[in-house]
Amino acid sequence: MNGSEPDTKKAASTKRQQAVEMPKQGPEERVRNFREVALGYTEEMAREEASRCLQCKNPQCRKGCPVDVPIPNFIKCITEGNYAEGISVIKTKNALPAVCGRVCPQEEQCQKMCILGKKGNPISIGRLERYLADWEREHGVQVPEKASPTGKKVAVIGAGPAGLTVAADLVKLGHEVTLFEALHVAGGVLIYGIPEFRLPKDIVQKEVEYVQRLGVDLRLGNLIGRIHTIPELLESGYDAVFIGSGAGLPQWTGCPGENLGGIYSANEFLIRVNLMKAYDFPQKDTPIRVGKHVVVIGGGNVAMDCARISMRLGATVCLNYRRSRKELPARAEEIENAEEEGLICNFLNAPLEFYGDDKGWVKAMRCTEMELCEPDASGRQSCRIVPNTDFTMDADTVIVAIGQTPNPIIQRTTTGLQTDPRKGTIITDDEGRTNLKGVFAGGDVATGAATVISAMGAGRRAAQAIHTYLTNQEPKEGSS
Amino acid sequence: MTYEILSKTQLAQKETLFEVNAPEIAAKAQPGQFIIIIPRAGGERVPLTICDYDVERGTVSFAFHEVGKTTKELGTFEKGDCLYNVTGPLGNPSEIKNYGRVLCVGGSIMIAPLLLQSKAMKDAGNHVTTVLGCRSKDFLFMLEKAKACSDEVHVASDDGSIGERGLDFLKELLKRERYDRCVVMGPVVMMKYVSDITRPFGVPTVVTLTPIMIDGMGMCGVCRVTVGGKMLFGCVDGPEFDGHNTDFDELIKRQRTMLPEERLSSLLWETSGGCDCERQ
Ligand SMILES: Cc1cc2nc3c(=O)[nH]c(=O)nc-3n(C[C@H](O)[C@H](O)[C@H](O)COP(=O)(O)OP(=O)(O)OC[C@H]3O[C@@H](n4cnc5c(N)ncnc54)[C@H](O)[C@@H]3O)c2cc1C
Ligand SMILES: Cc1cc2nc3c(=O)[nH]c(=O)nc-3n(C[C@H](O)[C@H](O)[C@H](O)COP(=O)(O)OP(=O)(O)OC[C@H]3O[C@@H](n4cnc5c(N)ncnc54)[C@H](O)[C@@H]3O)c2cc1C
Ligand code: SF4
Ligand code: SF4
Ligand code: FES
Repeated sequence: MNGSEPDTKKAASTKRQQAVEMPKQGPEERVRNFREVALGYTEEMAREEASRCLQCKNPQCRKGCPVDVPIPNFIKCITEGNYAEGISVIKTKNALPAVCGRVCPQEEQCQKMCILGKKGNPISIGRLERYLADWEREHGVQVPEKASPTGKKVAVIGAGPAGLTVAADLVKLGHEVTLFEALHVAGGVLIYGIPEFRLPKDIVQKEVEYVQRLGVDLRLGNLIGRIHTIPELLESGYDAVFIGSGAGLPQWTGCPGENLGGIYSANEFLIRVNLMKAYDFPQKDTPIRVGKHVVVIGGGNVAMDCARISMRLGATVCLNYRRSRKELPARAEEIENAEEEGLICNFLNAPLEFYGDDKGWVKAMRCTEMELCEPDASGRQSCRIVPNTDFTMDADTVIVAIGQTPNPIIQRTTTGLQTDPRKGTIITDDEGRTNLKGVFAGGDVATGAATVISAMGAGRRAAQAIHTYLTNQEPKEGSS
Repeated sequence: MTYEILSKTQLAQKETLFEVNAPEIAAKAQPGQFIIIIPRAGGERVPLTICDYDVERGTVSFAFHEVGKTTKELGTFEKGDCLYNVTGPLGNPSEIKNYGRVLCVGGSIMIAPLLLQSKAMKDAGNHVTTVLGCRSKDFLFMLEKAKACSDEVHVASDDGSIGERGLDFLKELLKRERYDRCVVMGPVVMMKYVSDITRPFGVPTVVTLTPIMIDGMGMCGVCRVTVGGKMLFGCVDGPEFDGHNTDFDELIKRQRTMLPEERLSSLLWETSGGCDCERQ
């Protein structure tokens, strides 16, 4: 966190207006390693940035935060040097601050609403949150006290942000919680999706350990729907179930040749690299092959992560996006980072066909140009093919990053569970109740692919609803 | 959970059967399903078909063939050692019904899981003919077990050193007798070959596809196969598919996509002395 040259120009006159920049690894250096790009504030930087906060009486920033973190309160603690209290203030609302401080799209949430944002210089809330979380990790994490046991048992499915939040909240309320995770590591997308250089895995690991230290019983390698079904869990003594199984089913272009070697879904690529640590092959056993010309199809955060990994594995990378730069759904900060690292963006084109060599490995692709047209019903800019504009480009690796839909196994194996047949999502009310008694759901499996903090917010609301459900259930059930 | 190896049986030179402690998996396992094993922390995830389970003992058995780094390493595990992780059961169970007369064809290591199906088919009231295919007589195993769970057993080897030479005799068998269903588990080329044989006879043929897999729960798509012109996932839509509609050639190509890397990994393992040399 130290020893880096902040690339800031802090003119004294602008000090109170301009946000304190966070030091980063330079682009030439970072594109050759998998270490974290953003290096975090020093104590001085954090206090300087915190001192810009106006401590609004009616803080708008809080309204932008999906989990209602008491933002001015923790910022005040920083200005006073009272870091231990600062972190506990955050943790009343957010169990994963080290993660959120790094990957929340703050510019769309808390920072968008900050009153100083009106003049274009909101407080760097995420960076301050990260500062406190990192401070705590260095100084020893406190485990809060638990309520006395209620005798109620809850099964939480999926150890992503939604499931971890529900598990942490319920165990603190005195319920017995078992957290079932299908993979051999907990963390969900935080572990298998978001790359090391944006979110170091030992940080996620620490957050998971924290949830375990609260008393949650974590069972890895348990694919619910196969090893136990939801009705079986309810019959075998669990009083309630929360489904937080995420959205990990890859979508495809449907173009001919998509099953050629060298064409990865974003998820395959990410799972190999992040979960199985293929960037360290052959030290690690799972391989990845990336050629010289990688084409990433898509334009969201997932596409950006795949592109930045590919550059780190030594490739030249093009991002092919069917709309224009203005419509790119990825975070502005990530696009900027990626372009600094050498990403080439090709706008307004879409794939039509993939060509392979005689071994069945992709070697080129045929694309068409696209043009923007009237926004569709949802207000999103649509686009269409421009006829007779086909062109061919070389590609020895293609990564298809055009979206993910909910993991389907639970939906397929739980009879009567109401789902949206088109999107594959589980239907819930605002508090996460499904149509089945005692069964709750939240996060990406209910909303479709969204954000870490929205999954946590859904988890938080569902935990409250589950708690109410369990406490009201008591009189009816009598003895336990 | 500790996945202790409770017994190790050498089926042939590079074919091994393990029985591991995994009571929760044993309680749910059914014929046709598979598990994913990570031998040690930091290792690869390898899919292997369940070839037996014992609910009372709380165990699951699987047999594997040493082909690359991870299976070679697995071969060095002994009774009493623990596996880092076992996930399962995965995939859809086989459709076991009373079809009438069922032909079960197994090749090389997949003979072991095939016999679980032969047995289930027999228990369901079928007349079961089991065919054991192997490279040569040194690679034949479980003949007695096959006899115990079938009405009729045939052996075939590639070199003719035991039983029939090759699988062409299946044509004669199909001409002589009516079969209502055929189940094939083995190397992809063999499953393709058998599917081609049964097609003209119109015998519904079920094959167990073994594409490369990672998560085994539908998240990565590396296991995609083309069946009936549609893209399906081996792990969640399968592993059993209609052999007459499977694009085997694509599968064979897809299985080889990481061959250079697999060779490198295997070579490093052998030169670093982990390997066979220690065991033999
Ligand atoms: C590459 C990538 C980058 C992203 N970047 C950002 C970002 O910068 N900022 C941001 O806010 N969001 C980002 N997101 C989105 C964010 O990560 C997700 O919205 C969030 O993780 C959803 O949380 P979840 O708990 O609902 O699901 P997940 O994180 O998907 O967790 C679900 C968990 O459930 C497990 N599971 C699934 N099925 C079963 C089953 N049947 N039984 C047991 N366990 C099961 C899965 O293995 C997984 O661990 C990104 C996503 C990706 C893929
Ligand atoms: C559903 C399923 C069930 C299976 N059941 C069995 C079984 O019961 N017994 C058994 O011995 N093997 C089985 N396999 C194959 C087994 O998973 C592979 O042999 C194993 O992963 C090879 O790992 P390795 O590191 O030793 O070899 P690698 O170095 O990874 O590969 C060596 C060779 O095996 C092929 N291969 C690699 N990974 C796989 C894979 N996941 N599936 C198929 N071929 C692969 C490669 O193309 C290569 O030619 C099954 C595969 C699947 C998908
Ligand atoms: S959790 Fe996210 S949205 Fe809320 S304050 Fe922190 S960074 Fe902002
Ligand atoms: S709106 Fe901005 S200035 Fe006001 S309290 Fe929140 S962070 Fe501070
Ligand atoms: S193995 Fe990943 S989707 Fe089938």
